[in-house]
Amino acid sequence: MKKAAWIFLLAVLLAWPFVAGEFYVNLASQIFIAAIFAAGLNLLVGYGGLPSLGHASFLGIAAYFSALLSLRWGLDHSLSAPLALAGTTLMAGLFGLIALRATGLGFLMLTLALSQVLWGTAYRWVAVTEGDNGLRGLTRPQIFGINLDDSTAFYFFALLVTAFSLWMISRLVASPFGAALQGTRDQARRMSALGHNVWLIRWLTFVYAGFWGGVSGLLFVYYHKYIHPASLSLTSSAEAMLSVIAGGSGTLAGPVIGAAIIVLLKNYVSAYVERWNMLLGFVFVAIVVFMPDGLVPGLKRLWARWSKP
Amino acid sequence: MTMQFWVIQTLNSLALGGLLFLLAAGFSLIFGLMRIANLTHGAFYMLGAYIGVSILQFISNLWIAALLGGLVVALFGGLVERFILRKLAGNELGQVLVTLGFAYIIADFCLVVWGGDPIPLPTPEGLESPVEIAGFMFPAYRLAVVAIALATGVALYLLMERTRLGAMIRAGVDDMQMARAVGIPVSRLFTIVFCLGSALAGAGGILGGPIMSAYPGLDADMLPLALIVVILGGVGSLVGAFVGSFIIGFVYTFGIALFPQLAYVILFLPMIVVIAFRPRGLFGRAGA
Repeated sequence: MKKAAWIFLLAVLLAWPFVAGEFYVNLASQIFIAAIFAAGLNLLVGYGGLPSLGHASFLGIAAYFSALLSLRWGLDHSLSAPLALAGTTLMAGLFGLIALRATGLGFLMLTLALSQVLWGTAYRWVAVTEGDNGLRGLTRPQIFGINLDDSTAFYFFALLVTAFSLWMISRLVASPFGAALQGTRDQARRMSALGHNVWLIRWLTFVYAGFWGGVSGLLFVYYHKYIHPASLSLTSSAEAMLSVIAGGSGTLAGPVIGAAIIVLLKNYVSAYVERWNMLLGFVFVAIVVFMPDGLVPGLKRLWARWSKP
Repeated sequence: MTMQFWVIQTLNSLALGGLLFLLAAGFSLIFGLMRIANLTHGAFYMLGAYIGVSILQFISNLWIAALLGGLVVALFGGLVERFILRKLAGNELGQVLVTLGFAYIIADFCLVVWGGDPIPLPTPEGLESPVEIAGFMFPAYRLAVVAIALATGVALYLLMERTRLGAMIRAGVDDMQMARAVGIPVSRLFTIVFCLGSALAGAGGILGGPIMSAYPGLDADMLPLALIVVILGGVGSLVGAFVGSFIIGFVYTFGIALFPQLAYVILFLPMIVVIAFRPRGLFGRAGA
């Protein structure tokens, strides 16, 4: 049953570009990018109990680094991508040192403040970031001679990267380290009494989540060939947080489903009305009030009730 | 850089510090008592500024507009607290996300109602012209804002330290369960404090109007500053909010004036220094 579902999913994903139009292929690519982003954040929010409202920092840093390296220094993608990821990971390490001076709401406020500092800097530091104009003239990389400018080629590239990222994230959750991380979420004091270094576990998770945020940032900048300070804004972090909460934090599938819902909502709603921000606000309130543990746990509960006679 | 530049920038810093205090004091009180990081606070400030714009079309007195606008925002804040946040008691993350949701709703509502162009609020009569003190020209309105912030600070201090209500709030901050057990109506205190904080933010938006106008994005500009103030000063501490506001007022104003492109990076520095040595902020208490 489970195997059949996986095979069906794989078949749909592989066949998608050949049955769906270009608009839908691009939509799927956007969902992949948002899914990596949300799944990384979920490591913090869901498995670590560390609510970060600044995850957009890492998406933005990686995107800006990659863009600046190729625009200013003319570096090739094969160099700029690893450098951007290394830079993002370094920044995640630094931000983690600061933000993990607190936990809970203090951590949330610190991550939010840090990302807002970055956002403000991206807006104001016109000499480097071009401010509100954003950075234009970017390119997509070529992989084994395949030009990713083609939407189908990019779809498969994004699919591969996403599958790898989600697999890596699920590996961490299933590992002893992942168990320890969930232990620090539930019983930090007991974990520390058992000899675990709670702070280090949290910091490493923060860096790991930041790295995957960077990966999604690279895909993001390749997809759009453009980067604007808005990607660093609170809205960007909040959309990821909403994906995690809507899908179900602390589940592997939740953030992916949540990301798909948010991307679809955003694309379809903005096609009809201009009021995306208002809708985002209402969705936030509705989900927290009516569906506090998200879609995936909610559906699982229903399934359990239904399958048990 | 003439002497006049430094004097004017100092006064600008003080005025911004005063406005930040009105914003951060409410945020800090709400956080201290209710453990809610109220991310709607920046939106309350902006909503206040826009409501001020509308009130001033009927009553051309900024002070009355600030009082009325503060009341309207307080009413709105009270409704949000009473009917939504209360239902989520104990769910800290849920409460934060709901306040964030309302921040988006309010921001978009303001855009629909008042449009996308900045709307300046008029400076009150008699305060338009600069005053001369010791050979320097000072914009009179900014001096008035500083005076109002100081007066508010003193009033809040007296409220917290010298009145029965303040004593009950402090008891609630220190040990909520014990406060409930001895018969303090903590739930009512929550509503009062949330309304008070919202009122301060809303009135602050109107008082700040002649200096910064009402514009879309005002909320996103003010919220990070208020957050950094509270992180610096220590959550739940009135003195911390006061000191933090003026530190950030100075750092940000001089940052903008001297290194306009890097003002936000400069904001980052005091925050890192304080967090490194005093993670709870300058005046934060252990356990808060």
